[in-house]
Amino acid sequence: MSSKTASQPLAMGQTSTSSNVSGFSVGGLFRRPEAGAFLGLFGVFAFFLVFGSIDFLKPAGAASWLNVAANLGIVAFPIGLLMIAGELDISIGSMIPAGSMTVAIISGYYELPIWLGIAASLALGVFVGLVNGILVVRTNVPSLIVTLGTLFAVAGLVLGLSVLLTGTTSVALKAPALAKYLFGQFVANTFQVIIFWWLALTALYVYVVHYSPWGNWIFAMGGDKISARNAGIPTARLTIALFVLSSTSAAFVGMCQAILFNSAQVSAGMSFIFNSIISVVVGGVLLTGGFGSIIGIFFGTITFAVVNQGIYFTSFDRNWSSLIIGVMLLLAVLMNNTFRSMALSYSPKKK
Amino acid sequence: MSAPILKLRNICKSFGPIDVLNDISLDICPGEVLCLLGDNGAGKSTLIKTLSGVYRPTSGTMEMDGKAVEFNGPRDASSRGIATVHQFGGTFPLMSIGRSFFVGVEPTRGWGPFKVFDRKKANEIAIHAIQDFGITRIDDGDRLVGGLSGGERQSLAIARAVHFGAKVLILDEPTAALGVKQATHVLRIVNEAKRRGLAVVFITHQVMHAMAVGDHFAVLIRGAIAADFRKGEKTREEITDLMAGGETMAELEAQIDGYMTAHDGHAPQIAGAAV
Repeated sequence: MSSKTASQPLAMGQTSTSSNVSGFSVGGLFRRPEAGAFLGLFGVFAFFLVFGSIDFLKPAGAASWLNVAANLGIVAFPIGLLMIAGELDISIGSMIPAGSMTVAIISGYYELPIWLGIAASLALGVFVGLVNGILVVRTNVPSLIVTLGTLFAVAGLVLGLSVLLTGTTSVALKAPALAKYLFGQFVANTFQVIIFWWLALTALYVYVVHYSPWGNWIFAMGGDKISARNAGIPTARLTIALFVLSSTSAAFVGMCQAILFNSAQVSAGMSFIFNSIISVVVGGVLLTGGFGSIIGIFFGTITFAVVNQGIYFTSFDRNWSSLIIGVMLLLAVLMNNTFRSMALSYSPKKK
Repeated sequence: MSAPILKLRNICKSFGPIDVLNDISLDICPGEVLCLLGDNGAGKSTLIKTLSGVYRPTSGTMEMDGKAVEFNGPRDASSRGIATVHQFGGTFPLMSIGRSFFVGVEPTRGWGPFKVFDRKKANEIAIHAIQDFGITRIDDGDRLVGGLSGGERQSLAIARAVHFGAKVLILDEPTAALGVKQATHVLRIVNEAKRRGLAVVFITHQVMHAMAVGDHFAVLIRGAIAADFRKGEKTREEITDLMAGGETMAELEAQIDGYMTAHDGHAPQIAGAAV
């Protein structure tokens, strides 16, 4: 080892940070996966404060983007985890209406107990997730294709069955008070209760992904699946579990929406596919897997929701919002790439 | 020479009608480096996959510490102390050193369902294990593995295997993708592992690297052991010739030289092209 000793400066050179190794440092903050998302959120807030009005930080205004963020966020977390693990699930686009139609048909149309409807809705999520996961693991067909298949299959199934059973594509649902209280009330008249579910899930995900050993497995799997398997990680089971998680989360969001709006439609939720992917990527998750963070996805989701809703607080025409989202996505990805290569080339400069 | 830790007797492996390994018998001894040499397609990777439990031999027996064993998969083999390090080190580019070191066996603290990954402890152990192998440049466990050089990654993977109690270390072409300097790094680490009493199986087709660390050599040709000899019994040229399947390099050179002298320095042409 005489050829390269610690006293020699590192060959990969270039550390754009002047960090000290111990404790907190600004440079260290930039090397984290969520750095881009945080800056993006900051920028977006500043943008709408300048061009819009302070209204959008007041409770009524905040509710508008928090509601969007919460519905999207619950789906975005498992999508992000799948992406970290190197997979993709777009079947959530039809799982959301499937979840709401299931609970509406069972408890609304047939007037069976709401808990049966909720259980059936979640069970459908588990089932579709199992199908996705097992197909991906067994066949090695890219998960984009597999879930594209189930996206259409589930959409067709929901449309066909609901017309067959109820004769309509929109079913009303009157949930009893407790279910309404838990899943579909407006807190303080504006905040959907799902916001609290979202916040609780954020804490849970942060713990599981960044503190428990399982999180390590997900990152390892996305980094190098074969090595991960050789290291003794049950990659097949973990992949299936993540797919189950994502479609069950989607069914959960659909179920909450049905209870909240007292009705369910066959066609709602396709926008969630792209929106969740945008949130996750803005949040600093690497599309090819192995890198990302829950806090990043959290910020990414809020950023997306603020852009989506913030336009209403400005004098701009609503039609411009997609342009802003597109530009924001590109900027965020570029920023994330920069931060990631900073993280890669980072080495302590104490010698 | 001490008693072999792993003994292969008449191992054959076929995939359908194709025989890939044919009657392989080898002794793998602790404190020794066994170099498996062979050209592409000679069956080196099938042999190591059989050793590491990925494949089951079609026939033949394996003995570990004098007892017959059968591996039910890579996990089984690694729990018995057989560790395989692949060409790119089998580490995860975007994970920190401490985290990737403990993939699958994460140290935790806390109690009950609230066990959390012990990052500090993981980093400390990982850094210590690597520095023990002489890579003193690595001193921050939070650095990402992707920022390390190829040789350092290999060293990290080897240090990891040794730390988790490997008794047999299988290195699958660890120097193939490395530059000269990086390769010497890895060779030193191989030597260090040997000094610690591990049995090392070193797969390569670079005779130079094999000669530098090997005690015992086996040359594979078309799935069979063509030569089995110990250090100092053959010269580098002889080994290269063996690997090329008996066709000597010298003969080939002479042939080309002869052709070029006879044809005013032109290299051989493809038949028919000159018409």
